[in-house]
Amino acid sequence: MQPLLEVRSLRTHFELGDGVVKAVDGVSLSVPRGRTLAVVGESGCGKSVTARSILRLVEKPARIVGGEILLHPDSDGEPLDLLAAKDKRLRQVRWADIAMVFQEPMASLSLVHTIGDQIIEAVRLHENVGKQAARERAIEMLGRVGIPDPQRRVDSYPFQFSGGMRQRAMIAMALSCRPRLLIADEPTTALDVTTQAQILDLLQDLQQEFGMAIMLITHDLGVAAQVADEVAVMYLGEVVEQGPASAVLSHPKHPYTQALVRSVPRLGARGQDRLVAVRGTVPPPYERPTGCRFHPRCDAFMAGKCDVTVPTRVRSDEIDVACLLYGEEKS
Amino acid sequence: MLRFVARRLVWMVITLAAISFVTFVVIKLPPGDYTTTVIANAEARGQDIPDSQIAELKRHYGLDKPFIVQYLTWIKGVVLHGDLGQSFAWNQSVASLIGNRVLLSMVLSIASLLFVWSIAFPIGIYSALRQYSGGDYLASFLGFIGMAVPEFMLALVMMYIGFRYFGQSVGGLFSPEYADAAWNLGKLLDLISHLWIPIVVVGVAGTAGLIRITRANLLDELHKPYVATARAKGLPEWKLLLKYPVRMSLSPFFSTVGWLLPGLISGETIVSVVMSLPTSGPLLLGAVKSQDMYLVGSFVLILSTLTVIGTMLSDLALAWWDPRIRTRFQKG
Repeated sequence: MQPLLEVRSLRTHFELGDGVVKAVDGVSLSVPRGRTLAVVGESGCGKSVTARSILRLVEKPARIVGGEILLHPDSDGEPLDLLAAKDKRLRQVRWADIAMVFQEPMASLSLVHTIGDQIIEAVRLHENVGKQAARERAIEMLGRVGIPDPQRRVDSYPFQFSGGMRQRAMIAMALSCRPRLLIADEPTTALDVTTQAQILDLLQDLQQEFGMAIMLITHDLGVAAQVADEVAVMYLGEVVEQGPASAVLSHPKHPYTQALVRSVPRLGARGQDRLVAVRGTVPPPYERPTGCRFHPRCDAFMAGKCDVTVPTRVRSDEIDVACLLYGEEKS
Repeated sequence: MLRFVARRLVWMVITLAAISFVTFVVIKLPPGDYTTTVIANAEARGQDIPDSQIAELKRHYGLDKPFIVQYLTWIKGVVLHGDLGQSFAWNQSVASLIGNRVLLSMVLSIASLLFVWSIAFPIGIYSALRQYSGGDYLASFLGFIGMAVPEFMLALVMMYIGFRYFGQSVGGLFSPEYADAAWNLGKLLDLISHLWIPIVVVGVAGTAGLIRITRANLLDELHKPYVATARAKGLPEWKLLLKYPVRMSLSPFFSTVGWLLPGLISGETIVSVVMSLPTSGPLLLGAVKSQDMYLVGSFVLILSTLTVIGTMLSDLALAWWDPRIRTRFQKG
């Protein structure tokens, strides 16, 4: 069966005055149908830019310079390359097939239009329904995401909602056209921990009900462990490892993922164990290390190899990993 | 909402009472009064006015009474009879003196306002959407020139152009043959043919400023996440820009729209003087110079009233436009 969405060698660069920042530089990942893929990585690794590139939402000075983004609407039909699609076709895909929830629920809804107005607008844009039917859909969706008294709240403005309620409203809006894929870009980062757990539960419930795939962008391995079926790990603008969540999080292959997993604080860990951070710092944006991009920080660095050869993706157990440690085994 | 308006009305009356009193005090502050001007004028002509005649003048105008009595007499007339008093210099009632000119001032001001809005908003929006494009640089360049060139200078240049290339009579709002004629179609057309020069002169600085403001406001909004949301929803680009960021960027405009009201009457004094337009600005200037106190006082009172009303209208317009403010009113 085809995955729902395949991203192949996506490159999105920021063309700035003093050089080019290759924020996304060769990202390849796939989103399975009806499942949840978590994309994890440190700040600045290109997670959000990848998410925005999928719907071609990046703005100047960022520019998508290469790659393919293939949407397989049916499991065996012709794929649609979103990067090559005409603007009009792309606008049809937006929200109807792929919807998005952003990081800041405060800022991602217009404060001078009612919640209902913003949902109804999306519904009527993609479906040939009347105002009243669209309004009923909005009320139904608001009720479904757990907003009390939706008949009344549909006419509220976003600033009359709390942060968690706003994110619920945003999710209601995102699901109002029944998309096949929901991209959630750090949807819980701006919320407190209790609300965060509620929102994640809600997303999982809705996924079961509507059967959509979710691509969850997060820097929080805990969040990924809680909801993801698959995990893709990004470092410096590329995916270094993708595989089933249980495998990647409990037996990571890539030294970077291993270091990330070690750096998560655990309840019940012995007091004298110090928290291990990933060694070194992220290299400056204008200079990418040669060879494997992680080599200057890697514990398993092999001189004369890792700093020369660019690793290709290989499969080890169920995991796709880009690391020379595993390339060896294969050849 | 009604309670809010009622409360504002009460404060408006108190504010106006305070303003009228302070105005009167300020008019009285310089040494001398209107008779000083009369004496100075007479001396300039080589005449001498006897003291008895001056005392007579003072009694006639009520200038011999204590300050507070003068004020109360005047304000009583204004409140009870709508009588703004007499202009000493023109020997006419203030109402009839101002009335003629206020109409022309308003025609000029409203016409320039429409000119400013119809030019500045589209250019400002274009400038923001195409930031750093050739068109944006051109608009910015012309905008800065428009703001930098003093109005009187522009007035002189435009008058020269109007006279040299369009054969129009210099200055004024009417050709000589229509100046004192009764209103008819010919006079109206004549007014329109003269009006464009002052409209452009008065409007240029405002247009330039408004272009910059619109551009800056819109640039602030263009990259906010809610715009990305609208785009992700699949809205066509122009539609989403007009519905979301452009709408947001107009809020500051609504909060200043009330300031335009007093400008309708008093604005553009310098241009009017240079181009000898029969509007109210030059009249006010003359009245201040000759200490024609009831005329000045009435002017200031009218302007303050318009300012206070304008501010309130502006608040109401903003409440209508921006739900964040509206809902706050509804609660309290």
